[in-house]
Amino acid sequence: MNELVVKAEKLTKVYKLFAEDIVAVNNVDLEISSGEFVSVMGPSGSGKTTLLDMIGCLDGITSGRLEILGEDVSMMKESRLVNVRRGKIGFIFQDFSLILSLTALENLQLASYFAGNSHRRQKLIALLEKIGLGHRVNHLPKQLSGGEKQRVAIARALAMEPKFLLADEPTGHLDTENSQEILNVFKRLNQEEGLTIIVATHDQKLGSQTKRTIYLRDGKIVSQ
Amino acid sequence: MNVMSVAYKNLKRKRIRSALTIGGVAVAVAVLVSLMGFDKGYQESLTSNIDKMGYQLLITAKGCPYEAATLMLKGGGGLRYMEQDIYKKIQRDSRIDKITPQLVSTVYDPDRQQGQGGFAMYMGITESYTELKPWSKFKSGSWFSSETADEAIMGYEAAEVEQRLVGDKIFVPNINKVLTVVGIFERTGTQDDGVVFLPLKTAQQIFSLPNKLTGVGVKLKNIHEIGNFEEDLYNEPGIQIISMAQVRGTILNLISSAKVLANSVAVIAIFIAAIGVLNTILMSVFERTREIGVMKAIGASRTDVFRLIWTETILVCAFGGILGSVLALLGSGVVEYILKTILPYAPSGQLVLIEPNLLFAAFFGAIVLGIISGIYPAWRAASMRPVEAIRTGE
Repeated sequence: MNELVVKAEKLTKVYKLFAEDIVAVNNVDLEISSGEFVSVMGPSGSGKTTLLDMIGCLDGITSGRLEILGEDVSMMKESRLVNVRRGKIGFIFQDFSLILSLTALENLQLASYFAGNSHRRQKLIALLEKIGLGHRVNHLPKQLSGGEKQRVAIARALAMEPKFLLADEPTGHLDTENSQEILNVFKRLNQEEGLTIIVATHDQKLGSQTKRTIYLRDGKIVSQ
Repeated sequence: MNVMSVAYKNLKRKRIRSALTIGGVAVAVAVLVSLMGFDKGYQESLTSNIDKMGYQLLITAKGCPYEAATLMLKGGGGLRYMEQDIYKKIQRDSRIDKITPQLVSTVYDPDRQQGQGGFAMYMGITESYTELKPWSKFKSGSWFSSETADEAIMGYEAAEVEQRLVGDKIFVPNINKVLTVVGIFERTGTQDDGVVFLPLKTAQQIFSLPNKLTGVGVKLKNIHEIGNFEEDLYNEPGIQIISMAQVRGTILNLISSAKVLANSVAVIAIFIAAIGVLNTILMSVFERTREIGVMKAIGASRTDVFRLIWTETILVCAFGGILGSVLALLGSGVVEYILKTILPYAPSGQLVLIEPNLLFAAFFGAIVLGIISGIYPAWRAASMRPVEAIRTGE
């Protein structure tokens, strides 16, 4: 049986907005196994990003229980959550979030440095070549197209040698062609390397091509 | 990839802002280095000037001791006159090792300073003068041919400015006297360099001051006798005794208030620079809130973020320290010129003395400034919660 990457029981996140409580994620039970390619879909405000933040150990939970890679992170403080994130979870953001002062390769080197597995330059260049950016190694983000930036972001996540990838609207800022290209990269990583990928998206086309889709509405899972 | 190169690249991102902040630190460091260099240079020049007078005590006619002190340093005696008999009386004291009488006179010369006019200084001396100053060597020529000869020995600068050689005639304005240059002293680095020396008797005659002196320089056999010697002469009418140690103290007192003011300016400059650095780095932290959140998402710990921002601050200050030291070195000539113009008394020699250890201290100080002013911005950045940082910056 495959190892469980995510195990959530009655996972709940409540935000306080002035005097009002906003329940962003409401009693979610969820299991995602190693090797899965999952899309999380739902309308705006349905809790996709909040769910991803909790799974990515970027945000604490209000109640329930959450295990990431077999480790209970429910009550962990930020100082310990960083150790769960580091080198285990690769993040991909809608706006790419590359460090603008660093070249494509340096962005990978920094991630690799933070993850504590300072890879050799050659290995990181090979990673960029693998996703078709061998000719963009020393380019700054401002010299890259949207699709290229997102591919650098994926390579950066892979430079950390993560156990799973979390992508929040990875095609949100891309045209159809570039979106398909990113989707193909994800598929290849999942099929060829067995990497677990969890994608939050509005994009029906992207959602339809994942192995499993979780629908959220008002913080609750409608179907999975 | 290391923290240093990331920090450096971050600073390069906002070049103008970084350059201005570095400039602020540089100005503060340059001011501090110049002032500390001045403090050292002035004291050393003054001490060297006083040591090179050759005597420990100067006996002058009674008058304001402050005035006497500065005038004496400027040319060997207060311009009040005492009777030569006193010199003859003191001369017999067995405690004295060396003693020299001097008569100083200043003459207005309309041709000096490229026609702007200025005072030329003449000093009547005897051979004992050079015994007190064994470092006064002849560059060319030799001593006066007699005690009453119409001859002159020129200080190095005096000869250079007027372009005189041994054998030339010089004209003393107003008195209409022509003197023959018989010798030129080598450079001593003291006020003597600008003086025209005459035989004492000749000076007394041409300035119409028979049997008058402006001062008597005394060197005792035993320096510990100074107190007793001064006491014994205390009751002698019409004279006062100034010890060189007193003169040094008096002059340092005169400039101490200026130094306090200047040091306050330096402290304020450093304080402003520190606030400037803190403000710049804090602003850049706020601007990069999302980026810091992303760094944390990809595995940066609190320590990593703290170190990155701290390094940026220290880099800014280190660059400022280097630039400030260079500015201080390059600008020391200008600072020296300004100080010489505004100070009540400036000894000859280098007034602003910037030594390598001072530059090293300034650089080290700038880094300490960075370490201190970087703590708060680095702590703010390190304390950001990743999810809030990412969402706030969106």
